[in-house]
Amino acid sequence: MHMLAILTRLAWRNLWRNHRRTLIMLLAITLGTWAMIFMTALMRGMVSQMVSDGISALPGHVQAHHPDYRDDPSIANLIGVSDTELYERFSTAGFRQWATRVRVPAVITSEYDSRGVTLIGVDPEREDGMTFVDYDAVEGRFLESSDDKGVVIGRKLATTLNTELGKRIVLMSQDPDNEIADRGFRVVGLFTANVMSFEEQYVFAGKTTTQDMLHIDDQVSELVVLGDNYRDVEALYNKTLELIDDGAEVKRWTEIDRFLGTMLGVMDGFVLVWIIVIFLALSFGLVNTLVMAVFERVREIGLMLALGMRPMNILGQIILESLLLLAIGLALGSALAWATVEPIKEGVDISYVGEGMDMWGMSSTLVPELLLSDVVLANVVVLILGFFASLSPAWRAANYEPIEAITKV
Amino acid sequence: MTAVRCVDLCKTYRQGEEDIKALDHLSIEIVEGGFVCLSAPSGGGKTTLLNAIGGLDKPDSGEVYIAGRRIDNLSKGELAELRLRKIGFVFQAFNLIPVLTARENVEFVMQVQGVPAAERGQKALDILEEVGLEGLEDRRPADMSGGQQQRVAVARAIVSRPALVLADEPTANLDSKTADGLMELFRELNDHHNTTFVIATHDKRVMSYAKRLIRMLDGRIVEDIAQDAA
Repeated sequence: MHMLAILTRLAWRNLWRNHRRTLIMLLAITLGTWAMIFMTALMRGMVSQMVSDGISALPGHVQAHHPDYRDDPSIANLIGVSDTELYERFSTAGFRQWATRVRVPAVITSEYDSRGVTLIGVDPEREDGMTFVDYDAVEGRFLESSDDKGVVIGRKLATTLNTELGKRIVLMSQDPDNEIADRGFRVVGLFTANVMSFEEQYVFAGKTTTQDMLHIDDQVSELVVLGDNYRDVEALYNKTLELIDDGAEVKRWTEIDRFLGTMLGVMDGFVLVWIIVIFLALSFGLVNTLVMAVFERVREIGLMLALGMRPMNILGQIILESLLLLAIGLALGSALAWATVEPIKEGVDISYVGEGMDMWGMSSTLVPELLLSDVVLANVVVLILGFFASLSPAWRAANYEPIEAITKV
Repeated sequence: MTAVRCVDLCKTYRQGEEDIKALDHLSIEIVEGGFVCLSAPSGGGKTTLLNAIGGLDKPDSGEVYIAGRRIDNLSKGELAELRLRKIGFVFQAFNLIPVLTARENVEFVMQVQGVPAAERGQKALDILEEVGLEGLEDRRPADMSGGQQQRVAVARAIVSRPALVLADEPTANLDSKTADGLMELFRELNDHHNTTFVIATHDKRVMSYAKRLIRMLDGRIVEDIAQDAA
């Protein structure tokens, strides 16, 4: 301990001997750390937003379908268990939230135009919070019950079809006998979505009303279960698999949307690569600072060796100096990152590029996600790499011959 | 008991095209409690001999013994431990660590030795008072004169009561009064604590304090005389 005390004192005072050089290096470490954490928070937020938007775009955390549904999402591929039976099995399973849906391709027609859409028959009470639609933000109203006779469409689709609230549209699809199944609906609500394409793609109607229109009685095409954490869905998946049992295929959200699932894994690796790349840029300055510091102190290092300080203690002193510099820079950089993320934690409007990003399933608002684990990772990686970067100048200092060093001019 | 024994030491430096023999088959024995002055013209080999005795420089050939232990074949770490525990150094120049105060410089060796803070603090204050630096304990080397710095270095060399003190021109930057005071202190330590002193010097006044005066020339001992000290 006594050695650590004197090494720390020497390291700290030596650090401020050339305060201008130390301050410049500190500034570089602080900005580098800020860049690591701040940019990671933005990228995390972007991916997290993509995932949560993707999940809220209806897949939930776990889904069950007819085995052929994903290849052919038509009325022919309904789940082999009735909606009533599913309700009995799942209502007592203790899931945070779950719902069944009828989800088929359809054509929507106004008096001016028609478009291909995905018709989703939902039970609005069960769906609240499971879809991307914020019920309270719907212009007009959202569906009130499973047998609601209205329809809720996206604002952009309404514009495309040149229709509006209160007007009637016709939805047309096929029934199981390959006959045309259609019905007129009144537009009761217009929703907006973070992802623009959702406003054109999805149309919501009451589940019972949709079942009646398609002549499928008590059958559904999709069962969706939502858990607490999208990163950990195994328990949810196994429980759903156990309950559904006969004939339906159960998938995790990462299997349903492979792009998003892969993004999540890639992001974790990318954070580490990003931190290392920034550190490499910093390390040139760090090593240069240490080499200069050692070079300027050759005689004093020689003196300490002559007085009986062991070479390992000299090594420790230089490394400690480097770690102190890094620790201060990391603390300042982390604090700065927090200070810059905090004011924008509610999100940054990136709608000016939103149109382009929409195709990747990203919303027009970017909400940074500052994870403690990312801050810890950045700090630990920099300290560990900083330790290794300091080894060379420290080793050089420790290996001076005392008498040569002390007489160096 | 022998404090220092050097046997047939040789050390040659290369200076440009020329080989300089700093030590030329030099042998010497210094008893415990000795007070020896090495005198030589510049380049005569006295500093090289001090460095070899202190384990700071390895001779090309020959053997060095400190308190009966051969040291010329020890590792860097072992030599550092020997210097820390047994030897006090006063160098000709650049004696102090610039970022430490006078008191911290004096405490430095004791701190590395692991002496408790309170004990080393008190010892440092006492020795600084003894060398006439009372009130300057918290000054850094840059804020002290050359003489004051030299006295701090002397204080550091003797504060932990080493068995052997090696001093290279310890009075070079001191006025005559301070130099005399310092030599009195050395003699007192020598008389009362049996500390062995080996001092390289040009200063005749310093030589007058020595119990034994060794004159060197071209790396060899040319005169070795016992004398009545001042």
